[in-house]
Amino acid sequence: MTEPQPAVSMEDITITFPGVKALDAVSFRMFPGEVHSLMGENGAGKSTLIKALTGVYRIDSGVITLGGEQVSFSGTADAQEAGISTVYQEVNLLTNLTVAENIMLGREPRRFGAIDWRATRKRAVELLERLHLDIDPNSRLGSHSLAVQQLIAIARATDFNARVLILDEPTSSLDADEVQELFRIIRELKADGVAILFVSHFLDQVYEISDRLTVLRNGALVGEYLTDEILRIELVQKMIGKELTVLDALERKTKAQTVDEDELVPYIRALGLSRKGSIEPIDLEVYEGEVVGLAGLLGSGRTELARILSGVDRADAGTLTVAGSSARFRTPRQAIHERVVYSSENRRSEGILDELTVRDNIALALQADRGWFRPIPKKRQNELAESYIQALNIRPANPDALLKHLSGGNQQKVLLARWLAIAPRLLILDEPTRGIDVGAKAEIQKLVSNLAENGMSVVYISAELEEVLRLSHRIAVMRDRRMVADIDNDDLITDDLLAIIADGAETEVVA
Amino acid sequence: MRRLMAHRLFWPVAMLAVLLLINLIAFPGFFSVQIRDGHLFGSLIDILRNGSPTLMIAIGMTLVIATRGIDLSVGAICAISGAVACSIILGSSDPGNPGTVAVAVIAAIAISLVLGVWNGFLVSVLGIQPIIATLILMTAGRGVAMLITEGQILTVNSPPFKVLGSGFFAGLPVSVLIAAALFLFAVVLTRRTALGLMIEAVGINPEASRLAGVRSRGLLISVYVFTAFCAAIAGLVLTSNQTAADANNTGLFIELDAILAVVIGGTSLAGGRYSLFGTLIGALVIQTLVTTVYTVGIPPIATMVFKAAVVTAVCLLQSPRTTELIDSWHRRAQLRRTLEASA
Amino acid sequence: MTVLAPAPRPAETPSRLGQVRNWLTNPKYGPVIVTAVLLVGMLVAGAFRYRGFTNPQVIANLFIDNAYLLVLAVGMTFVILTGGIDLSVGAVLAMSTMITASLLQSGWSPGVIIPLVLVLTSFLGLLVGLMIHYFQIQPFIATLAAMFLARGLCYVISNTTISIVDPVFVALAQTRIPILPRLSITPSVIIAIFVVAAAVFVLHYTRLGRTVYAIGGSEQSGVLMGLPVARTKVLVYVISGFCSGLAGVLYSFYTLSGYALTAIGTELDAIAAVVIGGTLLTGGYGFVLGSVLGVLVLGTIQTLITFDGNLTSWWTRIFIGALLLVFIILQKVLTARRV
Repeated sequence: MTEPQPAVSMEDITITFPGVKALDAVSFRMFPGEVHSLMGENGAGKSTLIKALTGVYRIDSGVITLGGEQVSFSGTADAQEAGISTVYQEVNLLTNLTVAENIMLGREPRRFGAIDWRATRKRAVELLERLHLDIDPNSRLGSHSLAVQQLIAIARATDFNARVLILDEPTSSLDADEVQELFRIIRELKADGVAILFVSHFLDQVYEISDRLTVLRNGALVGEYLTDEILRIELVQKMIGKELTVLDALERKTKAQTVDEDELVPYIRALGLSRKGSIEPIDLEVYEGEVVGLAGLLGSGRTELARILSGVDRADAGTLTVAGSSARFRTPRQAIHERVVYSSENRRSEGILDELTVRDNIALALQADRGWFRPIPKKRQNELAESYIQALNIRPANPDALLKHLSGGNQQKVLLARWLAIAPRLLILDEPTRGIDVGAKAEIQKLVSNLAENGMSVVYISAELEEVLRLSHRIAVMRDRRMVADIDNDDLITDDLLAIIADGAETEVVA
Repeated sequence: MRRLMAHRLFWPVAMLAVLLLINLIAFPGFFSVQIRDGHLFGSLIDILRNGSPTLMIAIGMTLVIATRGIDLSVGAICAISGAVACSIILGSSDPGNPGTVAVAVIAAIAISLVLGVWNGFLVSVLGIQPIIATLILMTAGRGVAMLITEGQILTVNSPPFKVLGSGFFAGLPVSVLIAAALFLFAVVLTRRTALGLMIEAVGINPEASRLAGVRSRGLLISVYVFTAFCAAIAGLVLTSNQTAADANNTGLFIELDAILAVVIGGTSLAGGRYSLFGTLIGALVIQTLVTTVYTVGIPPIATMVFKAAVVTAVCLLQSPRTTELIDSWHRRAQLRRTLEASA
Repeated sequence: MTVLAPAPRPAETPSRLGQVRNWLTNPKYGPVIVTAVLLVGMLVAGAFRYRGFTNPQVIANLFIDNAYLLVLAVGMTFVILTGGIDLSVGAVLAMSTMITASLLQSGWSPGVIIPLVLVLTSFLGLLVGLMIHYFQIQPFIATLAAMFLARGLCYVISNTTISIVDPVFVALAQTRIPILPRLSITPSVIIAIFVVAAAVFVLHYTRLGRTVYAIGGSEQSGVLMGLPVARTKVLVYVISGFCSGLAGVLYSFYTLSGYALTAIGTELDAIAAVVIGGTLLTGGYGFVLGSVLGVLVLGTIQTLITFDGNLTSWWTRIFIGALLLVFIILQKVLTARRV
């Protein structure tokens, strides 16, 4: 079988960060005139692979060949020179400069040592016209919408006579029309023989535009497939993977244990809750002692919903009722005061205070709620720390250890302790087990079950469907910023959820 | 030894010890403290007394820096506070009356607190970067002080006021006692309540703190107000010591010395964990340096060269890049050892 | 008649109004326009209020008295455009006057001294830039160290005033170049204008200049766009060091002496001029010509206060502080509107 020569091929690429193998002997190739989607959940290694290809990261081992020649980049400029251009999710252009300046920056034609602005503008206009974009080159980039900025970024990328164009989540902030405009341009570039690497968490778009798919999971290659030959459900399965762990020993909660819904008001009830650019109107109820799982792919709106429920982001519309009375959370502080807490998925940037001790980290939320002039007595702080260190098995068992010296799993337990210390009524956990070892994971899952048994309401978000299924009484499925299903967890299996996530098959909704 | 070196106060204390050692060798009489007229005298007492205004401001500055901020306006606030006090004392019919001095001191502090609220407002409500927000008052403040003094150097002859800067109580200079009281107040205020924890939390990670329910707005304003309070007291002590309010020169460059003291004391300019005790050591290091240079016979103002060297050294030591370089050097050395061992 | 709606205005009027509003709310032009209007307003008010203010030499004197500040502001503009700050410029200026004065005293030739001073101050800028970029030390603290160093070195050279009697310097200080009848400028003004012109060229017609703006817009984007961010970031401090050195030379033309305590607080004037001239302190927006306007505004405030006689000179500082406040809030508002 003779295949055309790939535009790019990466073989056995390994990249190691301190303590983590971000990419483990991953191979990847792209052909000219093809759109190739790179698929995978958070932490799968997509962005690491892209950064290896664009010269941002050095590879530890492996070979990158470009048009048959082996290459080695020492920076983004190198990669651009070689014909690999990238358009990032957060448009990496400069809002303070004009459109023409942005397109031509660093490559302005010069005459007698001075930038020839007339030629610069002319070239910019040519590039915009090639993509059939009618944009004033002298307007300031910041005055355009993100969608237009994205297209301008592509115009810039194509001036490098790009052989390879990488589009990293280009559609995450675009509406449907804008996506079509983007796809028109992708098709034109494809016709010109450019190899396009497309990354998106919208499955519909992936199926619409791409010819070939590569799936990564946990830094390893799962496989390369032709888009036409793989069913959505298979794809999602490959992305999420099956988990074979000790966790199965944990008993599964079923609906039998929940209280009768007719007799109780839900602890929290959201009606038509929405936020522009974040989630479409959503209804959700959580009863006392109930664990509601939020399932969905990355970017489906699962985290956004949690942030709005807990006052981290403000809702634009809709109402929220907590324990029977209406609530409007404008800050997390207000939500915490009503005993509604949110534990963020970004442990590092939104959770831990790495320079502080375990004790301080545990006491923080409770202390903030009491106010600074009513300090928790030292003795009580120590009791608090000691009791959670013991209850959650935090290691090292030293209240004075700085949090930065703890492992990820133990940091997560400290965060849980922080929230439990304020005796929450509704606990929203966003990916509490991501990136932590199996032992800690089992402990956290067990803890969640116990808390619910004791009457706490829990919203549990996880990319791992097994985990959601194992813990939840009820599962709400998010897809494309909407809630597409709200079903009781009666004998559900992962395939049921996969089907809903992949196709949004609302016919399967039980309740 | 390694444990000791890793302690955050190791380098500041070592620096202070080395400076004192140099003095001990060069000037055998350096450590002698005499009692004259019931007051303590000696180089060490001089260091404490001359360093006390810088220390007072550095205490407030430590808290501001811990919140990821900075306050450049403290020198100007010193000048304003001194100017207010002196003009009230001069304007009264009885400058020697303790009541007059009390009114003057209270008025000076009150006006400075307003200025602190102003700084805090710009930083926390309008969200202007601290360095820029306080630059405004740094620029305009001395003009305001000039306005109060009407461009004159206001010399006051008021015995009760003079006590602040050059008086003695129980054998110790009053200014040292004031600085000590302020220091203890700050320690108790931040460590006996949860204020210190909140300040550090906001300085380490404002977003994580917000999610944990910490209210940063009021916190930031209070911190700037407290710094202005410290600056007001330092301004009074300085003015009293010179028995004159000089709008141009009172507290000139003191913001820089205060920042330097904080940095030497091991509090990172990036915010987060702070050490008031470190700041105390830092202020002593600076003042000892100045005194040493002076006794050696170098023109006092040339100490700035030494300060530049100290601040550069401290910053380079604190730089993440340096840590990286040392780490990679360590790793390579280790690798070499393993290779040699296996060969 | 009253029932009728007003006749539709010609279409271009609202659009022209809209255009004006666009300019004013644009973070790029808004502050500069405000500054220009302010300057013209102050000059016109001065002309109405004070006799002798209409003399064109008043304007020429603005340039003569502030030639050194113009050069400082140019260097500061480069630094602030990248989002940095340089607190050392006043001290480096003083150091430059001290070195010049003391070397002249020991009989060196001006032709050697001036290049030497410029090389030294540029080198100091280079060290600062390396500290900031490679050791990730905040510009504020790195330039603070440079400020201490430069000011301290002044005293190491001498703690008394050194007068300059060198004939070349005296000639350069006293020469008046007539450009119109009753209107003359000094060689310093010509040098300052040349520096401004060179800066305009570099910022707008070279890739170096565009990279300066790019760093101010977003350093990370600049890196991802493959621009030479590291080199440029260091270079702006070299430029600022060079400008401070040159400003020191001009200052010694102006005062014909070197004194260690000279120009204390000048860094604040330079920063104020740049900010009032419309450069955003967070970087990315601004013009050198705006900074020139800023310097002229500061100079005009000084001149107005001198002409007035009732207002005392300390009002200058208060006015500058108030203007700084207004412009910083203006910047905040304009950038907050930016999506």
